[in-house]
Parts: sequence; structure tokens; C-alpha cells
Amino acid sequence: MSPVSDQPFVKLEGVAKRFQTGGGANTVFEDLWLSFGQGEFVCVVGHSGCGKTTILNILSGLERPSEGYVFIQGREIAGPSLDRAVIFQSHALLPWLTVLQNIAFAVKSRWPDWDKGRVREHCQRYIDLVNLTGAEKKRPAELSGGMKQRVGIARALSIEPMMLLMDEPFSALDALTRGVLQEEVLKICGETRQTVFMITHDVDEAILLADKIVLMTNGPEARIAEVVLNTLPRNRDRHDLHRHPHYYPIRNHLLDFLIDRSKNFHQELGFKNCDPKNPPLVMPGISEVRAERPPSPALAGLRT
Amino acid sequence: MARKSWAPALLSFLILFLFLGVWHVATLPEKGAQVVDDEYAKLVGAAAASGQKSAMPGPVDVGKKVWSHLADPFYVRGTNDKGIGIQLAYSIMRVLVGFFLAALVAIPLGFLIGMSPTVYKALDPFIQVLKPVSPLAWMPLALFTIKDSGLSAIFVIFICSLWPMLINTAFGVMSVRKEWLNVARTLEVGPLRKAFRVILPAAAPTIMTGMRISIGIAWLVIVAAEMLVGGTGIGYFVWNEWNNLSITNILSAILAIGLIGMLLDAVLNRLAKAVTFPE
Ligand SMILES: Nc1ncnc2c1ncn2[C@@H]1O[C@H](COP(=O)(O)OP(=O)(O)OP(=O)(O)O)[C@@H](O)[C@H]1O
Ligand SMILES: [Mg+2]
Repeated sequence: MSPVSDQPFVKLEGVAKRFQTGGGANTVFEDLWLSFGQGEFVCVVGHSGCGKTTILNILSGLERPSEGYVFIQGREIAGPSLDRAVIFQSHALLPWLTVLQNIAFAVKSRWPDWDKGRVREHCQRYIDLVNLTGAEKKRPAELSGGMKQRVGIARALSIEPMMLLMDEPFSALDALTRGVLQEEVLKICGETRQTVFMITHDVDEAILLADKIVLMTNGPEARIAEVVLNTLPRNRDRHDLHRHPHYYPIRNHLLDFLIDRSKNFHQELGFKNCDPKNPPLVMPGISEVRAERPPSPALAGLRT
Repeated sequence: MARKSWAPALLSFLILFLFLGVWHVATLPEKGAQVVDDEYAKLVGAAAASGQKSAMPGPVDVGKKVWSHLADPFYVRGTNDKGIGIQLAYSIMRVLVGFFLAALVAIPLGFLIGMSPTVYKALDPFIQVLKPVSPLAWMPLALFTIKDSGLSAIFVIFICSLWPMLINTAFGVMSVRKEWLNVARTLEVGPLRKAFRVILPAAAPTIMTGMRISIGIAWLVIVAAEMLVGGTGIGYFVWNEWNNLSITNILSAILAIGLIGMLLDAVLNRLAKAVTFPE
């Protein structure tokens, strides 16, 4: 299951983002190094303001990094691309278009020379996939929050991107709807082996969905603190997730980080003197002892 | 609820009848001689001033006049005697021509201003200076350069319709939500497709509001413009009837101007509703 080439699918090299503010430059984050492979589901967890959305915007090509480089399949990102679909936190549907037209807008952008019938058929497939059959002619204003987010997911998936970028896609939903949508996303991404980069505030969501959980320290001048490997089997289920022996160690590790360590990580970082180019990869599920680099066979075996 | 729905209509009719009743009583012929100053007597005519009949026509007179206009709105009996329908048609034609020419200029230009901060900053001083100028102030300049009274009136309509549409279009385009533009960017939508499929529909309600304001102003201005240039049009009709001292005709014309203005607004309102989207 390890990536075919030795080159990772996504690679961030020394990425920094600074905004000009009144007096001088305000560094949101700097010296970010991160890479992950095709088919991996990566979640970013961190406190508000640490720059998660900014990273996602850089990955989507909507913003440029102030320093450093971002490579996708070895090529530097030049701008937004149909290869990377974004699911926006605020769903960002075009309110004057119906559900079908919203998705068709994306499909026609991807395949401009498709005829009407083909576009329609393709759209319908993704409408059915997110269980919105029957709501094709509705406008976004007539949909519930969960349904709107489903349209956003269908629109993103319909262009068959190489990578999905999701910015807190479920945070505005009630717990019940969120659970249902999380399972749908898990199922769809499991089937298509989609590469996903997702931002979340919800530790349980991260454990349910992610293969790797990236922990960020508090902003400003945020950094990547650790990458947590989710050692739970990939065919996870919301209902018996918490029965798995790895669940609580991982959850506790994440919460510990968010509650205590994210604040003082700069000292910890200085103390341990670790290399920002290789953020420690930890497996709290297997052992609380932090490993600098897990042996590949173990990793491959766990991610089936 | 059912009771409530016809209550306002009933009240409207009551107010109308009350108004017509007061008007009728106030304009009844008065008995006895009346002291009026000479100036006034000269203006309204001896018969009216001496008090056989009030100079101000009553609702019945106006009603009869309106009926006679409705019976034959399009007659032509010489240059100064044309049916009210013809005069209204001239005015509406001028307003529509001026309005559409203005839309043709204002909407693309407003788009440009809204899309480009540079263009916005460059044109803003001109707009700020030209916008508050009364459209009628352009009239002499128009007459001097165009040398045609009808075209000058259209030019004045063009100028007065321009600003609300220009400003609203620019504002509408400027305030298109960032997230919709980001959707277009992530889907690699080309500039033309983005303009027509994202920005135009998003800004359409604001643009339509500008058009509605414009046509309202144009209809206000056309009456004054035609009073100035003369010849044809409802404004000229009103001025001509003032010279003929036919208050009934003037009142009929006021009624017609009001109704046409309402109609124009209703049409634009209908169009605005069609492009409005609920969020
Ligand atoms: N255009 C901008 N100009 C100036 N500062 C900005 C801009 N965009 C973001 N920032 C700053 O960058 C920091 C990170 O913002 P970002 O939206 O990426 O945070 P976030 O981690 O996504 O937070 P949240 O969890 O609340 O969504 C914030 O402090 C914000 O003030
Ligand atoms: Mg954010």
C-alpha cells in the first residue's frame, strides 16, 4: 500500500504565510514541512487562528505561500486546478441555481465538450451517491444544512478530482446529520481511495476519518507539531470505534495536545530540538513512546 | 385572515371617495359676486373669476375629460392638437430609448468598474462630479450640439438614467461573494463564463434595482424636458394645456403620467423579482 513512486503525492517544503498588518508582517505559520501519499486521508487539527484554512487555500491554489513550495505529484502548484476539489465550510453553492445546475456547472467546467445528456447522467450519478435523489430541482435555499453540504460534496466529487480539500465540512451541522455524513464520506472515500486533506475541530471526527492526523501548534507562528498515525483499521465504524483498544490512547493523545501541549509547544520544540523538516510521526495507539520514524512494514500492514 | 385581505382595498376606496367628495363640494359653483384681484381674473378668464363657476374643475369635469381622451386617444388635429395617447407614446418612446442606451453603456462600464479597482479609482472622481448635476442642466448643451429637440430630450434621459445603473452595477459586481468567485476559480472557469454565469446572476438583483431607480427618474425628468423642448410629448401637452388654461386637461395628464409611471415601475419590479434568488 505504500506509494508507488518514492515521490509523495503532496509535499510542503518550508511553507510560510505572512500577512502585512499595520506595523509589519504577521506570520501565521512558518517552516511547514509535510508530505503524504496518494489515497491517504489527512486531517489537520489545531486551535482557531493557527492557519488551517490558509494552508487549505494554499493547497487549493487560491492563495500563494509567502515562502516555501508546495508540490503535487512533483509539480509546483501554479493556481487553482480542477484536479483539486474544495468542499467549502459554508458550502458555497450558487443560490440562483438548482441542485442539478450547481453540479452541472462543475461538470461542464471539467468536460466542456460533453453533451447535455451525458452531463445530466453524470450529475445524477453523484446526486444519487450522496442520497439527494428527488431534490434535483430544488434551490439551495430550500435545502437543509445537511443537504446543502451533500450538494457541496457531490459537486466536488463529480469532477473526479485527484484530491479533495475539505474545510470543516460538517462543523455547521447537528450531531446526527454530521454522523450520517461522516459515514457517507468514509464510505465514498474508502471505495474511491480518494486523497483527502481535511480540517476539523472534532477529535472524534479525525479518528473516524483520518489515516494521518496533523497537529498544529497555536498561532501566530504556528508549526506542525506532530503527525499522529491512526492505527485503527480502515473499515472503521462510528458505532464500535470506541471499543477498539487503540481508540482511547489516540483520543487522549490528541486531547492532551489540544488542551495543553499546543500552547507551549515552542518550548517543547526547543527542548527536544527536533527537525521541522521531519515532524515526529507518532502512534499513540501502539505505544505511548514516540518514534521518530516508524518502520515501513508496520505502517503498510496497518493501513489496509 | 380572509376579512383582512379586502380591508385595505375597502379603505383605499373609502379614501378615494372621500377625496372625490371633498373635491366635488369644494369646486361647486358659488353664489354671488366674488372679489378677486385683476391679475387672477386675467389669468383664469372673466367667467371663472366672476364666480359663475369655480376655475378649478370638479371631479365630474375631469372624469368627462378623461373619458373623452380614452374614447379617442390618438387623434391628430394639427401640430398643437394631438391626442393624449400620442403624446404619451412620444414620451414613453423617448424614455425607453434613452433608458436602453444608458443601460447599454452603464451595465458593461459598471461591470468593468466593479471588477477592476484601478478603473474604479480612475473613474470615481468623474462620476462623483457628474452625478449630482441636474439632468436638465445638460439640455442647453444638448440642444447646442445635437441641434434636435427630440434627440436632446433623449440625451437628457440617457444622462439621468446612466448614474443609478452605473453605480448599482459596479456595487453589485463588487459585492459578489468571495466564496462564489472562489468556486469559479477552483473550477478553472474562464473569464467570460465567470462574468456571465457567476457575476452577472449574483449581481443581477442589484443591477435591476438600479434600473428601477433609473426608469423612475427618467419618467420624472421627461415631463420637465419636454416642457423645455416643446413639440411633442406629455410634458409639452401639460405646458400647452396650461397656455390654453385647460385645467381639466392638465389634471387628466397628471393622472396619466402617474399611471404610466406606476406601470413602468411594475414592469421593472416584475423583472427584478425574476432575477432575485433567495439565499
Ligand atoms: N487576508 C488576511 N489578511 C490578514 N490576516 C489574515 C488573512 N487571512 C487570514 N489571516 C490571519 O491568519 C490567521 C489564520 O487564519 P485561518 O483562517 O487560516 O485560521 P484557521 O486555523 O482556519 O482558524 P479557524 O479554525 O478559526 O477557522 C488568523 O490570525 C487571521 O487573522
Ligand atoms: Mg478556518
